Amino acid sequence: MAAGVQQLAKPKTRLGKRLAPYLLIMPGGLWLLVFFLIPIVFMLSVSLQTGNLEGGFAQTWHFHRYIEVFQQYRPQMVRSFAFGTIATAITLLFGYPLAYWIAFHGGRHKTTFLFLLLLPFFVSFVIRTLAWQFILADDGIVFGTLKSWHILPAVISGIAYNFLPFMALPLYVSLERIDRRVVEAASDLYANKKDVFLRVIFPLSIPGVFAGILLTFVPAVGDYVNASILGGTNTTMIGNIIQLEFLQNFHYPVAAALSFILMGILLIGIFIYARVLGASSIEEYV
Amino acid sequence: MSVVLAQETGRGPGLAPAGAKRRWTRLVLPVYSGLVLFYLVLPILVMILYGFNASGPKRVSFRWQGFSLFGYTHLFAKPDLTTALKNSLFIAVVSTVIASILGTLIALALVRYRFRGRGVSDFVLFMNISAPEIVLGASLLSLFVSFGVPRGILTIIIAHVMFNIAYVAVTVRARLAGFDRHLEEAAQDLGAGPWITFAKVTLPLIWAGILAGGLLAFALSIDDFVITNFNAGTTQTFPLWVYGAVKVGIPPQVFVMGTLIFGFGVLIALLNVVAQRRRA
Repeated sequence: MAAGVQQLAKPKTRLGKRLAPYLLIMPGGLWLLVFFLIPIVFMLSVSLQTGNLEGGFAQTWHFHRYIEVFQQYRPQMVRSFAFGTIATAITLLFGYPLAYWIAFHGGRHKTTFLFLLLLPFFVSFVIRTLAWQFILADDGIVFGTLKSWHILPAVISGIAYNFLPFMALPLYVSLERIDRRVVEAASDLYANKKDVFLRVIFPLSIPGVFAGILLTFVPAVGDYVNASILGGTNTTMIGNIIQLEFLQNFHYPVAAALSFILMGILLIGIFIYARVLGASSIEEYV
Repeated sequence: MSVVLAQETGRGPGLAPAGAKRRWTRLVLPVYSGLVLFYLVLPILVMILYGFNASGPKRVSFRWQGFSLFGYTHLFAKPDLTTALKNSLFIAVVSTVIASILGTLIALALVRYRFRGRGVSDFVLFMNISAPEIVLGASLLSLFVSFGVPRGILTIIIAHVMFNIAYVAVTVRARLAGFDRHLEEAAQDLGAGPWITFAKVTLPLIWAGILAGGLLAFALSIDDFVITNFNAGTTQTFPLWVYGAVKVGIPPQVFVMGTLIFGFGVLIALLNVVAQRRRA
């Protein structure tokens, strides 16, 4: 290789070549180190402090706090995971047939359907949620039944709505990528349509299913906007508690401990995903 | 399931699957998909519609009270809402520029070099994208609280750059995958220095990728609520203002601004599609 000869001739450039990736990564890497990774350490540290806003907080390694907050907020914790699970299941139920239909039967209008699927991204998340309030409200134009139509389904359907594109898009990508010749081969070998789907198409779309579940479930569990705008006191999620304790009650340690627990539980799922499918695989879907 | 259904309706077993399947792909699936798409678009229609609801300047009522252009003619009548929108635009522009540069550099490093720490960098990007927003926001606030950093527009920009770097890096990297390095080598063989090569060869080739990453970053920034909520202090952005107004009442301008942002975003996206079609 010509470049190799050049490198041998000029040792200075060779060193430059070795340093180059680090120099390129450094500015962004430092930013992520200082404002993404280190803050997680600080969150852990804050969660073990005691004190209050007036008197200041001091580090007391109060590990017991984790047990305290877990006991105190277990219902909200359980509810968050329950809502997240149900909402994720709904998005899968809505998203898979839609993605399948666009990928395999979209025809000439495929781009148009995809565009419709992306449309919600052009509207602010808060306004989208707010619009549901207007749809479901007592004298709203569509249902007019927020009170009779319990608040609980309102919150879950709001979450499902907001994260549906995050489910449908990876599903679409994985379905679209399937080699049509494989599908044809299955038909040629006398598989009926059901078998073609269950034995060929669905297994090949599993990476998309995993990616969709990850991209939906994680934000759904941590969400508090839907519960706050569409819900009531019996729909409080863990995110509501974290933001309340952090931003209104200034109980920083309690809020930090709750965030850390939430992160810990979700991290287990994220790690499993990364181990099974590889860390970079998610990037194909964002 | 449809097979069972067809058999129950008394059709012959040899004929039933084909007919049932056709009904499945011709009727059930399109109708179902259409309903899901309608579900996705419905709140957008509601937003556009309620921007025209004639229910007075203070708050839009849930009830439809007739057509009015009030929200459009008095778009900037709420000074604090206007300030919030201006803040959002400023934050989005600044954080997009910074994140686009930093993210592109990371993408360049990841695509063209094999180096120690590559796997770790990959994993940090993955973590950053898949971590729940509330944890990103809360941990960053823990840092600011620990050092007594006052929250405001600067901390919001820091936060937005933080969550946008990874998205830009990933987007640019995806576009860089088919990049032909021989073009750069050719430029250098023809006597171009590294900077000239970058400016005249590399940059024009990766520009589309950077633009895509930048647009994504801009959209994420202007829409962000959760992380901003944690690190804003008393500073208002458009989503924060709207969230705060939910309890006291949403003025019509909110829906109008939402509609205009929506229209603008759709326009840019369509132009982008047209430009790509023309190039291809």
